[in-house]
Amino acid sequence: MGWVRKTVDSVKSLQVKQVLLRAISLAMVFTSGLILWKALMCMTGTTSPVVVSGSMEPSFKRGDALFLYKNKDPIRAGDIVVFNVKGQDVPIVHRVIEVHEQQSNGEIKLLTKGDANDMDDRFLYARGQLWLKPQHIMGRAVGLLPYAGWVTIVMTEKPVLQYILVGAVGLLFLTSKD
Amino acid sequence: MHSFGFRANAVLTFGITILAFICAMASVSDNFNSPRPSAEIQILNINWFQKQHGNDEASLTMNITADLQSLFTWNTKQVFVFIAAEYETPKNALNQVSLWDAIIPAKEHAKFWVQTANKYRFVDQGNNLRGKHFNLTLHWHVMPKTGKMFANKLVIPGYRLPEEYR
Repeated sequence: MGWVRKTVDSVKSLQVKQVLLRAISLAMVFTSGLILWKALMCMTGTTSPVVVSGSMEPSFKRGDALFLYKNKDPIRAGDIVVFNVKGQDVPIVHRVIEVHEQQSNGEIKLLTKGDANDMDDRFLYARGQLWLKPQHIMGRAVGLLPYAGWVTIVMTEKPVLQYILVGAVGLLFLTSKD
Repeated sequence: MHSFGFRANAVLTFGITILAFICAMASVSDNFNSPRPSAEIQILNINWFQKQHGNDEASLTMNITADLQSLFTWNTKQVFVFIAAEYETPKNALNQVSLWDAIIPAKEHAKFWVQTANKYRFVDQGNNLRGKHFNLTLHWHVMPKTGKMFANKLVIPGYRLPEEYR
């Protein structure tokens, strides 16, 4: 338990200026990481949501991270798309099973279904909505990284862990001897 | 510099970087695979062809033979295969309706023969299916264990629905 006493001693010996300097350098590390991440997403046109439901098993398991790509190519049957239903927070990752593209104005109507579901997604759409339109689609899934999303899922479902993690990292940096 | 915290942090960061690099390499190795899949679809019978709730609907029985073994690599988790009917109507430049799909979990199951009715309903937006010429496209999506997904298709033209409802 010697390290507990050492930590308590170093917390007691902190001065305000030291703490502020350390806090600022910690914040710089976090924000530069965030800037890099967001810039990469901007440049490549991809985002990385996490799969939270099991409706696309066994292709995508809960906890996998997806790479989404959005471009002007029209959406065709078989594409795995991510979309938000009006009023729902959680985006849904499902496969397009029907496409109807109108001659007159190029308007596209889509129907989706999760691979592991028996029914198509009409019961998920807003009341009275029978089809999805391309503007509802956030992007097409082009790749996956298994298990990479578990950290996000655990943090979202048990928010207390976020505070514990930030608190622990903060304590570590503030009390380091360097 | 040698406290437990810093050592744990260094190990974790290095470990995660290496893991990410390995995943990227695994995905790159998939590009060296040149697949030669083949498939044949026969329509054995049009079971029925009716107008339901204002829209045409058909039910058909298909005979599907395919050899998709060359799609599998060591980085392949499974192959998702589906058949879509593609046709044109006066109102719609393109219609794609998925009729059947299956998941192939391993290379051994990738050479198959299946006789089945359409799993999903073949419904038109309207009444345009009588005498309609359509293509059957066999699509395959290779789902990797990690990294980039590959998808392609085989278009088989020359199918036709009957002129009259039955």
